[in-house]
Amino acid sequence: MVNYDKIIFELSAPGRKGYSLPSDNYHTDGFKDIPSDLLRKQEADLPEVNELDVVRHYTNLSNKNFGVDTGFYPLGSCTMKYNPKINEELCSLPEFTSLHPLQDENSVQGALELYWNLQKMLSEIAGLEEFTLNPYAGAHGELTGLLVMKKYHESRGDFKRTKVIVPDSAHGTNPASAMVAGFEVVEVKSKPNGSIDVEDLKPLLDDTVAGIMMTNPNTLGMFETEIVEIAKLVHDAGGLLYYDGANLNPLLGKVRPGDMGFDIMHINLHKTFSTPHGGGGPGSGPVGVASHLTKHLPNPRVVKDENDKFHILSDNKDTLGNISSFMGNFGVMMRAYAYILSLGKENIKNVGPLSTLNANYIKESLKDDFLLPIEGVCKHEFVFDGLKDKSTGVTTLNVAKRLLDYGFHAPTIYFPLLFHESMMIEPTETESKDTLDRFIEVMHKIAEEAREMPEVVKDAPVNTIVRKLDETTAAKNPILKYKDLTEV
Amino acid sequence: MSKVLNDRKYADSHEWVKLEGDVATIGISDYAQHALGNIVYVDMPEEGDEVTQGDDFGAVESVKAASDLISPVSGEVIEANQELEEKPELLNEDPYNNWIIKVKISDPSELDNLMDAEAYNKFTEN
Repeated sequence: MVNYDKIIFELSAPGRKGYSLPSDNYHTDGFKDIPSDLLRKQEADLPEVNELDVVRHYTNLSNKNFGVDTGFYPLGSCTMKYNPKINEELCSLPEFTSLHPLQDENSVQGALELYWNLQKMLSEIAGLEEFTLNPYAGAHGELTGLLVMKKYHESRGDFKRTKVIVPDSAHGTNPASAMVAGFEVVEVKSKPNGSIDVEDLKPLLDDTVAGIMMTNPNTLGMFETEIVEIAKLVHDAGGLLYYDGANLNPLLGKVRPGDMGFDIMHINLHKTFSTPHGGGGPGSGPVGVASHLTKHLPNPRVVKDENDKFHILSDNKDTLGNISSFMGNFGVMMRAYAYILSLGKENIKNVGPLSTLNANYIKESLKDDFLLPIEGVCKHEFVFDGLKDKSTGVTTLNVAKRLLDYGFHAPTIYFPLLFHESMMIEPTETESKDTLDRFIEVMHKIAEEAREMPEVVKDAPVNTIVRKLDETTAAKNPILKYKDLTEV
Repeated sequence: MSKVLNDRKYADSHEWVKLEGDVATIGISDYAQHALGNIVYVDMPEEGDEVTQGDDFGAVESVKAASDLISPVSGEVIEANQELEEKPELLNEDPYNNWIIKVKISDPSELDNLMDAEAYNKFTEN
């Protein structure tokens, strides 16, 4: 295959066009009412290309993509599960695609019903009272949830609670969101097995603590078995528990955050509920709360009246305010709704156990060659601390690059920071045993290569469209636009 | 195995400090630069800023991660190594000759809280 490496500007030739507009029958002068200082002085520097060139260009580019539709994508913490095509079918229905958020609510009853139904489904899955679907992504959900926490304390006249406790193994967004929400972040240490050290937590709990943010299973894929005690300690100290839904997948339909004692949570619809994600979006981060917090949820919300009609109301008097223009990423909600309905109540309970089984199968099959810092049954993902044999100098980065040569996406690497050579693997429930076996075989092969011809692994990748990138130069002197490239 | 020099002391967050008179020169250890990988940016305080033992005074960014720099001593910054602005990779090339900041220390006894070369060597082996 010839390596396609053009950018569209390079296809441009003066005067070439991909359109033909009808002649102007109305003899209008479109520009005459626009003040001259708002008109551009120069022609826009747009590529001049014909339709076929455009089609070939983007088709060739799309062939360079790697996605879950092209291969196995074990990117830990990201839940890159297959996105069933029925999701796409539903959300391309013209009745949905032609909606406008400012339409009269009588004309969007179906869309509002979907919003309301999905909200109820998530409430049942999470064991919480009510959800807002308005946040646009996970971290936006975190911010919304933390503002609910803040509003709750302030509405009780309690202004002392300025701290949020975050485990040292947390996803980076947790402390970042807490800071943005105006809290001070206090770190709680984890034990060698990655779970929260209850003894370290106890002295931190006083009347200045607004709450704690946790994932369960934690970042190392291990279930926090002391969660009930932690919940009691935090609640006794007057704080709230926030659940980061990044790791909800293994619990789906089996364990509910609300039942574990969490008061607030966000769900990453784009992870757990199978919508395409990566590369910056689109996401959706619905936030659910226990019954004593529903009045603080953001406006607007969707409510159902006694005649089964749906309304968009901004009636939460004690709300934290509005956190989005309109009502969130509706396209993502539609896909998540289709996914939940396709699986149904019975099958959704298989998601957690199957994702857990797949992760454990890979972990146990590879721990002879890769260093497993924490033994025991994991949930949907686990972390290796690089190759077991470190003497060859082959690093986690080298292994990740070599995986690309064999047609697999690399796992998440160098996160969590608890280990130096972290390799975080999450296969998800949608992969067959054949795929898992192929991955295991390749990982063993790379370990063997590292022992016998380490240079081959260190030089990887060789089969990809671009070889090893100079990450240092890329970070120091990024080329971010076409003009930068032409000036180099 | 990473290099540890005997003429200075070390913090458990992998900074080294070398005292001459009341001026402490501070950098990161060979172990730290190795763990971080290729360093692409160093965020440093300015001359005249106060630093406190145990608090962060800047950050090092590598292609792998961003890591806070924790001050091993308290005092006033008298110089930051401007060379690192253009060439942060100097920390990878020679972490012990390429220092990050110099601090006029306020309390020499704080150095007793730090590890000597032998203790740090043992610490990084675990």
